[in-house]
Amino acid sequence: MIPEIGHFSLILALFVALAMGTLTVVGGQQGRADWMALARPGAQALWLLTALSFGCLTYAFFTNDFSVSYVAQHSNTKLPDIYRIAAVWGGHEGSLLLWLMMLCTWMMAVSLFSRQLPEVMVSRVLGVLALVAVGFLLFMLITSNPFLRLSDIPADGRDLNPLLQDPGLVFHPPMLYMGYVGMSVPFAFAIAALLNGRLDAAWARWSRPWATAAWICLTIGIAMGSWWAYYELGWGGWWFWDPVENASFLPWLVGTALIHSLAVTEKRGLFRNWTIMLAIIGFSLSLLGTFLVRSGVLTSVHAFATDPKRGVFILLFLAVVVGGSLTLFAMRASKVRAGGAFALVSRETFLLVNNVLLTTAAAAVLLGTLYPLIVDALSLGKLSVGPPYFNSVFAPIMLPVLFFMVLGSYARWKNDSVAELAKKLRPVAILSVLLGCSAPFLAGAWSPLVALSLTLVFWIVLGSAQQIYRQMKDTVNWKSTPISFWGMHMAHIGIAVFVVGVTMVKGYETEKDVRMVVGDTVEVADYTFRLTGIHEVPGPNYTADQGDVEVIRGGKVLKTLHPQKRNYFSSTMPMTETAIDSNLLRDVYVSLGERLEGGDKPAWAMRVYHKPFVVWIWLGSLMMALGGGMAALDRRYRRKVAASAVAINPKIKGVAA
Amino acid sequence: MKKKLIPLGIFVVLVVFLAIGLTRDPHEIPSPLIGKAAPMFTAPNLLEPSQQFSAKDMLGQVWLLNTWASWCVACRQEHPILVEFAKTKTLPIVGLDYKDQNAEGLKWLARFGNPYDHAITDKDGRIGIDFGVYGVPESFLIDKAGVIRYKQIGPVTEEALRDKIVPLIRELQK
Amino acid sequence: MKYWLALVLALQCALSSYAGEATPLAEDPVVEQRMISISEELRCLVCQNESLAGSRADLAQDLRRELRELIKANKTDAEIMDYMVSRYGDFVRYRPAVKPITWLLWFGPFLLLIGAIVMLVRMVRRNQRGAESPVLDAAQRKKAQSLLKDSETPS
Repeated sequence: MIPEIGHFSLILALFVALAMGTLTVVGGQQGRADWMALARPGAQALWLLTALSFGCLTYAFFTNDFSVSYVAQHSNTKLPDIYRIAAVWGGHEGSLLLWLMMLCTWMMAVSLFSRQLPEVMVSRVLGVLALVAVGFLLFMLITSNPFLRLSDIPADGRDLNPLLQDPGLVFHPPMLYMGYVGMSVPFAFAIAALLNGRLDAAWARWSRPWATAAWICLTIGIAMGSWWAYYELGWGGWWFWDPVENASFLPWLVGTALIHSLAVTEKRGLFRNWTIMLAIIGFSLSLLGTFLVRSGVLTSVHAFATDPKRGVFILLFLAVVVGGSLTLFAMRASKVRAGGAFALVSRETFLLVNNVLLTTAAAAVLLGTLYPLIVDALSLGKLSVGPPYFNSVFAPIMLPVLFFMVLGSYARWKNDSVAELAKKLRPVAILSVLLGCSAPFLAGAWSPLVALSLTLVFWIVLGSAQQIYRQMKDTVNWKSTPISFWGMHMAHIGIAVFVVGVTMVKGYETEKDVRMVVGDTVEVADYTFRLTGIHEVPGPNYTADQGDVEVIRGGKVLKTLHPQKRNYFSSTMPMTETAIDSNLLRDVYVSLGERLEGGDKPAWAMRVYHKPFVVWIWLGSLMMALGGGMAALDRRYRRKVAASAVAINPKIKGVAA
Repeated sequence: MKKKLIPLGIFVVLVVFLAIGLTRDPHEIPSPLIGKAAPMFTAPNLLEPSQQFSAKDMLGQVWLLNTWASWCVACRQEHPILVEFAKTKTLPIVGLDYKDQNAEGLKWLARFGNPYDHAITDKDGRIGIDFGVYGVPESFLIDKAGVIRYKQIGPVTEEALRDKIVPLIRELQK
Repeated sequence: MKYWLALVLALQCALSSYAGEATPLAEDPVVEQRMISISEELRCLVCQNESLAGSRADLAQDLRRELRELIKANKTDAEIMDYMVSRYGDFVRYRPAVKPITWLLWFGPFLLLIGAIVMLVRMVRRNQRGAESPVLDAAQRKKAQSLLKDSETPS
C-alpha cells in the first residue's frame, strides 16, 4: 500500500508542477496576478507531495519490503539501519527521487525566503523551477519508477554495494545533489530576467545569495566525495578526474565564475549578458552531468546501471531545457550596451580575467571528459583521456587565478593605477617570494613547482591579512564592516589552505608497500609501524580480518590503528577498510592487503603512507564554504525592496495589493 | 543577434555528438592488430601437455583462434555455436584455454563439447596479452600468411558468423 | 651447566623476539618505482576507469608483471609504451599521444585561452571608447541641429 501511495504522490506532483509552472510563466508574460499568485502555494504543495513520496520509499527500505523491486536490488535484512535509509539513494531510481526532493526543497526555500523580492520575479523563478521538476517527474514515471513491484518476492535482497556501506553515503550524495540542483535557482533567476526583460543591478543582487548558496553546497558535496574516496578506496588518492567527478566539478568552476560575475553586475551593472550566460551554463552542466552518469556513454566507477531508453530521455530533456534557454538568450539578451566604463587596470578587469580563466579551465575539463566520446562518435577509434592529461592542462590555467585573486580584491572599482597597486602590494609580494621559495627547504626537497605554489599561497594569505589589518586600523568603526568582507577573505584564505594541502601531499608524500609478519616493523618518514597482531572480527553483514598496527615516533607508541579486510556475505570482492591517524600536520594511513603465500608464519601485504598536510585539502574547502556562507548572509540581500523601485505594470489584473 | 546564437550553435553540435554516443559502446575496444602479423607463439596441448602446438604450423591455412576458459560464463553462450560450426569443417579452429587449470578445462570440454582441432593452454596469460586479449571470449581470424584479419570481441554469435566471419573466410580461402 | 642452559635459553628468547624489518613486497624497489610511474599512465582495460597502477583485477596484475619484466630487460619508457599500445591500441594510454587526432585536445584549451584574452582586451578597450562622447555622422548632426533649432523657438 505504502509504495502505491508513494507512486501516486509522484503522479499528483507531476500535475501540480505542470499546472503551476505553466500558469505562473504564462501569467507572468500576460501580467495576470492571480495566476502568478499560485507560485508560492504551488511550490509548497509540490514539496509536500515529493516529501510524502520520498517518505514512502524510505519506509519501504526501513521495513525491508522486498516486494518493491528497487528495495530488493539495493538492500538486505542484515544491512545496518542507517545504511538501509541511505540505500534509498544508492541506485538510479532512488537517486532521481533525491534529485527531485532537493529541487522541491530549493523551491520551498525560495518561496519562504524571498519576501523582499518583487512578486513577479519570484513567481517566474518558481514557475521555471516547476517546469524543470516536470521533466524529472516525467523521467521517473516513464523510465525510472522506484516503486515498481516484483511478482516474485525474494526472501532477501541483493544488498547494498559494500563500497557504499559507509557514512560517506549518508552525507555525500544529499549534499552534492543540493549543490547540483541548487544551480537551478540562479538559472531560474536568469530565465526570469530574460522573460522579464529586466537585466539590471537589482536582479543581480537578488540572485547572488542563491547562487552563493548553491555554490556552498557544491563545495561541501565535492569535498565530502573526495574525502570519502580518500579513506575508503585504500590507495590514498583523493581526486581521479573520473568523468562523474568532472561532472560535479564543472558546475563548481562555472559557479565560482558566476558569483564573481554577479558581484560586478550587482555593483556596476556590467557584464549582464555574461552573468546570465554563466547562470545558464552552470545548470546546463548539472544536467549534462546527470546525462553522463546515467546514459552509459562514458566509462566511470560512479556510473549507474544504464538503459538506452533513459539516455535518450535525458538527452531530450537536456536539449529542450538548455536549447530553450539559449534560444531565449539569443532573442532577449540585452542589446543595450552597459553605460559604465572601466579602465584597463580596475577591479572589473581582474574579475573578468579570472572569470575567463575559470571558464577556460572548465572548458578544458569538459573537452577532456567528452573527447573520447567525440572521437568514437566520428568513428575515428577509441582513446582515453586520464589524469595525466587533466593534471597537465588544468594546473597551468588555474595558477594565474591565484595571482589575480589578490589584485582583484585590492583594485578599486572603475579605475586604479599600476603604481598605486604596486605600492600597496610590493611588501606582500617580496615577502611571499621569500617565504614561498624558502619553505620547501624546511619540508625536504626543493622543487620549482612547490616553491611557485607556496609563493602564491603566501601571496593570498598575506594579501588578505594586510587588507584585514588596514580595515581594522583605518576604518572608524571596523566592527560594522559588512560580513561579506570577512566572508571574502575567509573563502580566499580557504583556497590558499586548499593549495597548501595539494602541494604538500603531491610534493612530499611517501609510502611503502611491504610484506609483514606479526612483530615486523616498517619505517616511513620519521614514523615506525609495528604489526602486533591479526585476528578475525565479525560484523553485521561481513567477517573481517583486522590488523593491530602500532604507530611509533621517537620511541613512543602514539596510537594503535586497526585496518581491516572485510568479506561481505553478499559480495565476492574483499573490501579494504583503511586505518588513518589524522592531525593538522600529517595523516598516517595504513591499508591491509592480501594474505600472502610462503614463509612459515602467516604474512600480510601492507601499505603504509605518510601524507603531510593532506587534511588541509578538506579544511580549505570548508573554509571556502564558510566564507561563502558569510557572504551570502550579508544584510544587503535581506533588505526589503522599496515599493517605489518596482514599476507597476498597468496591465496587471487581479486583486490590488 | 548573430553573435548571441553562437552558444546555441555549440550546444546543438554537442547534442548531436551525445546522441551518436548513445549508440556506441564505450567498453568495446577495437584491436590494433587487425592487418598485422599474428604473434608466432607455442603452447602446450591441453589433452597432451607434453606436446607443443606452434602457430607456425598453421601458416598456409586460414584458421580461427578462440580464447575461452572454464570460469568464463559468456563462453557457454558461444560454445554450442562453435560446436555446430566445427561440424561444417569450414576451417581449423584452435581453442586457447586462457588462465585456467588443465583439469577444469578438460572437464568443461567434456561437458560442453570439443569443437577444436587443437586445444591448447595459456596458463599465465602471456599469449593472451600478445594478442591484446582483455576479456574472454575473444576470437581471431588469421589468414594463410599469418595476418590477423578479424577479431570478435565477446561471444561469437550466429549473426557475426553468418554476416562477417564466414564471408571473410571464403574470401581468404580463395 | 646451569650457565650454559641459561645462555641458550636467553639466546632463544632473544632470537624469537627479534622483530624483523618488514621486507618490501616488491622484489626490486627501483624496478617497482618505475613500474608504478609507467602504469599510472596506463589504463586498466577491464575496469570502469582505473589506472593500471591501482587496479586489483587479474589482467592488471598480469600486465604489471609484464611491465616489470620489460623494465628488467632494460627497455626504455617509450619502448614499453609501444609494447602496450601495439597490443591494446591507443585506448590504453591515459595521457593521449600528441597526434593529429588529439591536436584539438592538447592545443584546444591553450587556443581557447588566447581567444578569450583577445576578446577580453577588445571588450575592455570597447568599454573605454564607449565612455567618450559618441561621434555623430552627417545625417544625425542635421537632425540634432533641427531639434536644437526647434527647442530655441520661444514656447
